[in-house]
Amino acid sequence: MRKYLNEARLFLIGLPVFLWTLIPIWHLTVLSFSPKDDVTAGTWLPSQFTVQNFEIIAGQKHYYLNHFWQQFGNSLFIAVVAGLLTLLIATFAAFSISRLKTRGGSVVMNFALATYLIPAAFLAVPMYKVMGQYGLLNLQWSLILAMVTLASPYAIWVLKQASDKLPYELDEAAIMDGATPLQILRLVYLPLMKPSLVAIGTYALLLAWNEYLYAFLLLSKDSDVTLAVALGHFLSADDSPWNLLMATGLVYALPPAAIYYAFRKYMVGGLTAGATKG
Amino acid sequence: MLMRASTLTARTALDSTAATGHKRFNSWQMWGALLLVPYVLVFAVFVIYPVVYGLWVARNPESYARLFQDPVFPRTVVNTLIFLLVGVNLKFLIALGLSGFFVQQKRWIQALLLLFLLPWAIPSIPTILSFRFMLNPEWGLINNTIFRLFGIDGPGWLTEPTLAFASSVLVHIWKSLPFWTLILITGRLAIPTELYEAASVDGASRWQQFRFITWPALATLYLTSTMLSMVWTLGDFNSVYLLTGGGPGDQTHVLATLGIRYLRIDQLDLAMASIVMAMPLVLPLVIFMVRRLAAGEAKLAH
Repeated sequence: MRKYLNEARLFLIGLPVFLWTLIPIWHLTVLSFSPKDDVTAGTWLPSQFTVQNFEIIAGQKHYYLNHFWQQFGNSLFIAVVAGLLTLLIATFAAFSISRLKTRGGSVVMNFALATYLIPAAFLAVPMYKVMGQYGLLNLQWSLILAMVTLASPYAIWVLKQASDKLPYELDEAAIMDGATPLQILRLVYLPLMKPSLVAIGTYALLLAWNEYLYAFLLLSKDSDVTLAVALGHFLSADDSPWNLLMATGLVYALPPAAIYYAFRKYMVGGLTAGATKG
Repeated sequence: MLMRASTLTARTALDSTAATGHKRFNSWQMWGALLLVPYVLVFAVFVIYPVVYGLWVARNPESYARLFQDPVFPRTVVNTLIFLLVGVNLKFLIALGLSGFFVQQKRWIQALLLLFLLPWAIPSIPTILSFRFMLNPEWGLINNTIFRLFGIDGPGWLTEPTLAFASSVLVHIWKSLPFWTLILITGRLAIPTELYEAASVDGASRWQQFRFITWPALATLYLTSTMLSMVWTLGDFNSVYLLTGGGPGDQTHVLATLGIRYLRIDQLDLAMASIVMAMPLVLPLVIFMVRRLAAGEAKLAH
């Protein structure tokens, strides 16, 4: 009896959590599969299940979706390049600070940590102006570089923590065999760091794919912007086709959601490792 | 003879080790510096210069005078403080409670945890827009349901300034609650279960177990996380901008959206001034957190 009472009490917590989490996502999904007339009906289920919205998206048959595939490609390109660049820069920095014990490395680490803690929306204001001065405004490279700037600090921090845990005897053994620093990086360090590198690459990739504010500040041409910005464009008119917007949103949200679930153990690991010890 | 030869070889070997050792040291420092260059460049070009430039733009006291004359500004400051003090703390109280719920190893609870992570796993734009549409006072899902159930018109979720702002706070909590709950779950999982077993043998109540075992073990993590979240929440542009756009009547802005609003109407000095005004709040948090994260890292290295 007591067992059932306990279970019932847990259920009383579980049910609101379930509803709270899922209602907005349910709403998003339902509208994605609803015909146009349902948009203002405010119903929990589509009056008629349809994939028409997705056909319109795939065929780019709407004013807001004229550049859908181009924008999807832009999002992908920017996310992949930002992910790879972050990985490269952060791996070099972490290897240098943690394994080569470069003088001044801890200073660089502290500056990186401070950058990690600057609210992104604050840095966006001067960064926008400075990108204009550099002549990068409206070029996709400006967004890529901005994302690398935002992603590197956390990437370096996590990679440095992981590096510190590798035994130094490995480096010493390699040195005895006459290995140069670059050989150690390539032959000893990179293979051992693989799990962390995968996690950090994913982190930077998703950060760039999900970014809205920097993307809408730095890019403007319809054929240049990312999907995130294109979704924001729907809001410019009062009579927005919300079912199309939600369907596009669903297409945009699925890839990162899948990746997040695949890597969620890595994603949360770095931050908690530091925070619990602090 | 043989012995001499061997000592000789040993000597030359020693000398050459010393020599390569010296060379090695130099080449290691050189490579170390070289490998740091890419990040230092990114940092200098895209962090240091923009920050210095921004502060230079905001050097004029007149900008601050104009900022204070803008009727939107005081409201924005109050909103930002409410967002941080009420929003973040509410989020953490819920996260603390939910982490106790999700830490239980029942199968349905673990399945629910996977669902619960969805808001964190999905990009925020589509879900915030879903909220925006759901909360639409005229034809949104929520008010339609209220009308169907009770036959009354629901409140103006996004047209009433106070409610619109509260909705932004809720959307923010919806989005970032899973992440912080997950952090607190890992914190709770690190507490040895023997402590709880011993406590229940001694007849300790649930509250006593929380008070004397869970809270002392979680307190540091809880406070560190709360502060981290406060800094990041200051930069939460999406929850406000995509839900209310700062409206109605510019009454739901926070500093993050106000700065961008000034930037969009080409008032860079006001944008920077409003950000500088947040510095007394940001800098202590940043300095404190850098120390804490760097110290935590040092401990981990041992």
